[in-house]
Amino acid sequence: MAETIIFQSLPARPAPVNTEGLVPWVKNNLFANWQSTLTTLIVGGLLLFYIPQFINWAVLTATTVPNADACRAEGVGACWGVITEKYRLIIFGRYPFEEQWRPLVATILMVALLVMSCTRMFWKKWLVAVWIVVLAAFFILMYGGMFGLTEVQTDRWGGLPLTIMLATLSIVLCFPIAICVALGRRSNLPAIRTFCTIYVELIRGVPLISVLFMASFMFPLFMPAGVTIDVLIRVLVGVTLFAAAYMAEVIRGGLQAMPKGQAEAAASLGLSYWQTQFKIILPQALAMVVPGIMNNFIGLFKDTSLVYIVSLYELTGSLGLALNSDADWRPYKLEGYLFIVAIYFAFCFAMSRYSLWIEKQVNKSKLR
Amino acid sequence: MNEATDNIIVFDKVNKWYGNNFHVLRDINLNVRRGERIVVCGPSGSGKSTLIRCINRLEEHQEGHLIVDGTELTDDVKAIDKIRKEVGMVFQQFNLFPHLTVLENLTLSPMYVGKMPKKEAEEKAMTQLKRVRIAEQAGKYPLQLSGGQQQRVAIARALCLTPKIMLFDEPTSALDPEMIKEVLDVMVEMANQGITMICVTHEMGFAKAVADRVIFMDQGQIVEQNTPHEFFNNPQTDRSKDFLSKILGH
Ligand SMILES: Nc1ncnc2c1ncn2[C@@H]1O[C@H](COP(=O)(O)OP(=O)(O)OP(=O)(O)O)[C@@H](O)[C@H]1O
Ligand SMILES: [Mg+2]
Repeated sequence: MAETIIFQSLPARPAPVNTEGLVPWVKNNLFANWQSTLTTLIVGGLLLFYIPQFINWAVLTATTVPNADACRAEGVGACWGVITEKYRLIIFGRYPFEEQWRPLVATILMVALLVMSCTRMFWKKWLVAVWIVVLAAFFILMYGGMFGLTEVQTDRWGGLPLTIMLATLSIVLCFPIAICVALGRRSNLPAIRTFCTIYVELIRGVPLISVLFMASFMFPLFMPAGVTIDVLIRVLVGVTLFAAAYMAEVIRGGLQAMPKGQAEAAASLGLSYWQTQFKIILPQALAMVVPGIMNNFIGLFKDTSLVYIVSLYELTGSLGLALNSDADWRPYKLEGYLFIVAIYFAFCFAMSRYSLWIEKQVNKSKLR
Repeated sequence: MNEATDNIIVFDKVNKWYGNNFHVLRDINLNVRRGERIVVCGPSGSGKSTLIRCINRLEEHQEGHLIVDGTELTDDVKAIDKIRKEVGMVFQQFNLFPHLTVLENLTLSPMYVGKMPKKEAEEKAMTQLKRVRIAEQAGKYPLQLSGGQQQRVAIARALCLTPKIMLFDEPTSALDPEMIKEVLDVMVEMANQGITMICVTHEMGFAKAVADRVIFMDQGQIVEQNTPHEFFNNPQTDRSKDFLSKILGH
């Protein structure tokens, strides 16, 4: 008889420690060792201390009644009443009160246009026509003087419509200029190259404020008598030229990174200089610098707030306008600022999310 | 002008310098007959690439005359455009456009240079892709293909303009050995169809199989030219003997 093999059972072991879910994540990321535990405790403590205070101020003890006396009462936190009271002044600036539906419609049209332009579905030839129509509608609504709309001079324009209009137009206009300047700096023609280099260096050497100052106050001095150009246009040109110089350098970075073989292959196929740039070089160079370009756009959007220096009251400027002259409400500037911060943030955050999406789109050909 | 009508390319005492003191092409005299297949070889840095890049003006010469298909190459942009339509080029590094699909790479030039309607350009492109045996990859992006496939696309792209002359600058030297054959096969096929070909390559098997003439360059000069059979079996100069012993030695 063969010898029987004796079965030996393995001793039971505990199940492996769970490595997924909230608890292990907290353990691994917040309390992995004593340094990280200490940091977590300090940061957590500060948050525990300040967040309730902020919530208490901003929500629990806040008041939304548009009444300055209610705000001054004992124990009252944030005074959102200032927004309820002044929001139309902040958002539309000095635009005539009864006519404010016009900038409202104009702004909605403009934002809709921007959203449309950012959506792949609408990247068709007719989008250009939509742009022209919407821009025309924007200016007709804002300026009036036809279709029975009363005329509103540009110095009364203000607030969000002005911010959006300045940002949109300067972004749209500075982009082609920047492309030309970036190409010009790499041109074979010394005159063009020198001109573009001087332009970029000159603009980068001065702050935006001084450009705006010159556009607004010095430029008219050099104009022949009787010729006036609207301050809004002068400022728009100033902002655009300023932004274009920075944008040109970002784009030039992308051009610089292009391998020489691409242009040579295009040339060997008989493509002209401009065909080579537009079909081959720029699409690839721009795709490389999408984050830099979006960075500049976001910066430009916020830089428009500087036009208050030449008495154009865009969003930031109109907040000052709304509160500075009103002794009752002046103390509640903080609430006002938080309000426009929220507006700026909404736009900038949308832009930066969009940047990520665009990056994904343009890199599709690189996926294997 | 001194070109005979059956010479499609005429180099007449062509000289070229890089910068002020690097004399890269020295007194080049060369006549290429219509339909002739020429292989250019020589040690690295001898000016082979520069020579063939002068033919479609990717490089410009400073002295002498260079006449391609009856048109002299000068600063005249019209002449350059005309010649580039007649001369196709294939590069060592493929130089496909990575942001365009294979099909778009091929239709670009017919559509924008040849002003061909899109549909016709696409049909033409597909014909060329079939010719290089890669039609099934038309919708892919270049970076999704292997090196050998990319180079075949590059050849098809150059053929889409129906060129009279094809220039190849070391078309197989960036490829793995097993891909070299698939590219050479396509080139041999082309060579048998009567197009004028100038090919910089060290693939001696290819030279023996298709070339009418081998040109050996060293230090910016054409040192020797002969039929492949004569050149390989009976090199005339010390430079070519030395070169052949090196590339055939192992
Ligand atoms: N743009 C340039 N500027 C200056 N010198 C150059 C330039 N291009 C090439 N050269 C030099 O000219 C010489 C000839 O170059 P070319 O590329 O024609 O050589 P090649 O025979 O093709 O060599 P390889 O077999 O390595 O490709 C080399 O010494 C090279 O360093
Ligand atoms: Mg070379």
